[in-house]
Amino acid sequence: MKIMVAIKRVVDYAVKIRVKSDRTGVETNNVKMSMNPFCEIALEEALRIKESGLASEVVAVSMGPAQCVDTLRTGLAMGADRGVHVEAAGQLYPLTVAKILKSLVEVEKPGLIILGKQAIDDDCNQTGQMVAGLLSWPQGTFASKVVLDKEKQLAMVEREVDGGLETLELDLPAVITTDLRLNQPRYATLPNIMKAKSKPIKKYTPQELNVDVKSDLEVIQVTEPPKRKAGVILSSVEELIDKLKNEARVI
Amino acid sequence: MQRLLGARSLCASFFTKKQKHSAAFSSTSLLFDDTQLQFKESVGQFARENIAPRAANIDQSNSFPQDVNLWKLMGNFNLHGITAPQEYGGLGLGYLYHCIAMEEISRASGSVGLSYGAHSNLCINQLVRHGSPAQKDKYLPKLISGEHVGALAMSEPNGNLPMLLLGLSTFLLGKLPDVFVFNAAGSDVVGMKCKADRVDGGYIINGNKMWCTNGPVAQTLVVYAKTDIKAGSKGITAFIIEKGMPGFSTAQKLDKLGMRGSDTCELVFENCFVPNENVLGQEGKGCVSFGLDLERLVLAAGPLGIMQACIDVVLPYVRQREQFGRPLGEFQFIQGKTADMYTALQSSRSYVYSVARDCDNGKVDPKDCAGVILCAAERATQVALQAIQCLGGNGYVNEYATGRLLRDAKLYEIGAGTSEIRRMIIGRKLLKQQ
Repeated sequence: MKIMVAIKRVVDYAVKIRVKSDRTGVETNNVKMSMNPFCEIALEEALRIKESGLASEVVAVSMGPAQCVDTLRTGLAMGADRGVHVEAAGQLYPLTVAKILKSLVEVEKPGLIILGKQAIDDDCNQTGQMVAGLLSWPQGTFASKVVLDKEKQLAMVEREVDGGLETLELDLPAVITTDLRLNQPRYATLPNIMKAKSKPIKKYTPQELNVDVKSDLEVIQVTEPPKRKAGVILSSVEELIDKLKNEARVI
Repeated sequence: MQRLLGARSLCASFFTKKQKHSAAFSSTSLLFDDTQLQFKESVGQFARENIAPRAANIDQSNSFPQDVNLWKLMGNFNLHGITAPQEYGGLGLGYLYHCIAMEEISRASGSVGLSYGAHSNLCINQLVRHGSPAQKDKYLPKLISGEHVGALAMSEPNGNLPMLLLGLSTFLLGKLPDVFVFNAAGSDVVGMKCKADRVDGGYIINGNKMWCTNGPVAQTLVVYAKTDIKAGSKGITAFIIEKGMPGFSTAQKLDKLGMRGSDTCELVFENCFVPNENVLGQEGKGCVSFGLDLERLVLAAGPLGIMQACIDVVLPYVRQREQFGRPLGEFQFIQGKTADMYTALQSSRSYVYSVARDCDNGKVDPKDCAGVILCAAERATQVALQAIQCLGGNGYVNEYATGRLLRDAKLYEIGAGTSEIRRMIIGRKLLKQQ
């Protein structure tokens, strides 16, 4: 069984974000970029499944500018067998990404797709669900534990939901998105970095995959959240209710 | 926008505003190709997550962490045997990669960096270069995996007994006792007094060694002793000593100014029998002058890491800390200081890695090997001093890393040949060469 893992190149989690002065987005020039942490967890899970003998190949997919190849190289250094780079300029929103993934699925025919639950730049938490919808595949999102049953072609997924832990059984092929506690991703050690140099990365354009990247969404403005104001000590419950109603207007 | 703090690890919980270094700051990327950059990133991440959070504690407690075996962790990351052949578990790569690893580990903790350098280069690389196949088979695998720790001992202590005792024993014995040495070998390596007398099947070693990094914990030590006192530098032989050999013991762990936690001690040899098969290289081919060049090269990456750590602390601080209504970083004097720190680091870095590349290509020039550590070490001390100054009063407080960085940096002007010795080496060579 082949596993496809989608990995996204995002601003490194440790970087202090600044909004561009023209308010069209976040400053990404000369800013350190890395693999989205949830995507690392997704890739790690795929590698573990392969190492346990339940999968034959792990393919890492990334979409975006030419520098995505760096992210793919990291993925290959972690242990992925092959890389796929879909080169596209400009912002790619989840629906577009999902459509591209669907096209790639028709080419690669994986038995399982694993993605991070969300990217730390846009926090959308949509791509995995949309892919499952487009493919009509079952989905197990926010996975904190994954166990595959090869004979029965099932995936048992434990999900972290608001009420606690929910366990689902999915028929393969399926889509899984990973949550924080699923695993601890491995480092890319030097021998693997060297091996990764010879692993192939296939290039596509969205046009070749018959996907139109034009989006229905348009970002109008990006601003910093308002600075946190100091708190106020109130003298009574009545005063609290009054402020909630008339100042904060939440009741 | 939610920040994903510490997605992967403990680093979030250990990141205080003081330690959180700007991951966006990158090095002189022209020095490295893609793979080397990737490796630098990877080791940097490993060191940031596993070593940096423990650095302050290592310094305060003057010992390696108890809760985790850093040697094994680094071994799992293939860091020990970078220059060792693959058949023993090494990576079969060159000094450039070794320097990269040394720099990133030093950046996280100077003490761990020094111990790592002593283990992976002073011990392991000596075995790689001069060991017989049997010796390599016996010692390398465990050293490379991190199960065993390695060390190297060359320098010796001064006699620090009161003159009275010396005089008394001289009177009683009629001569100066062999074991009470003074004016013994610090910089004057060839003047070492540690003796190895040939006996049936091996040698008997008597003497002391001082300032042995990793001495207290090492299982395998490369020790230099005089087999022929009259033959000067050609009378020195290297031996492989194992912990537990009868007659070999370690004395007090030294209480050092810096590099605290990098366990250092005195070695004591009292009629220690060493079999013939433990001679490293050949008798008299003391390896005194070779090995020291590459030792200096790899260790030179230590101060590079410390300088980088200084910048990692200073930049976020001067961006944030405000006085007179503006961030410190907007004042010219501070900009001058950060510029000096940055250029000191970049120029030292260029020198170190260029020489590393030369050495990998077989061109080992002792002048440059001495030059890189002379340069990097002295700059590192100055950079650390400026780092303290940039932090002002906070730089003087031990809660911030800058004090430790200074104390750690200073060692590199002394160990692996003092700055004075390095200058002598370079000056003499320049005089002799056409």
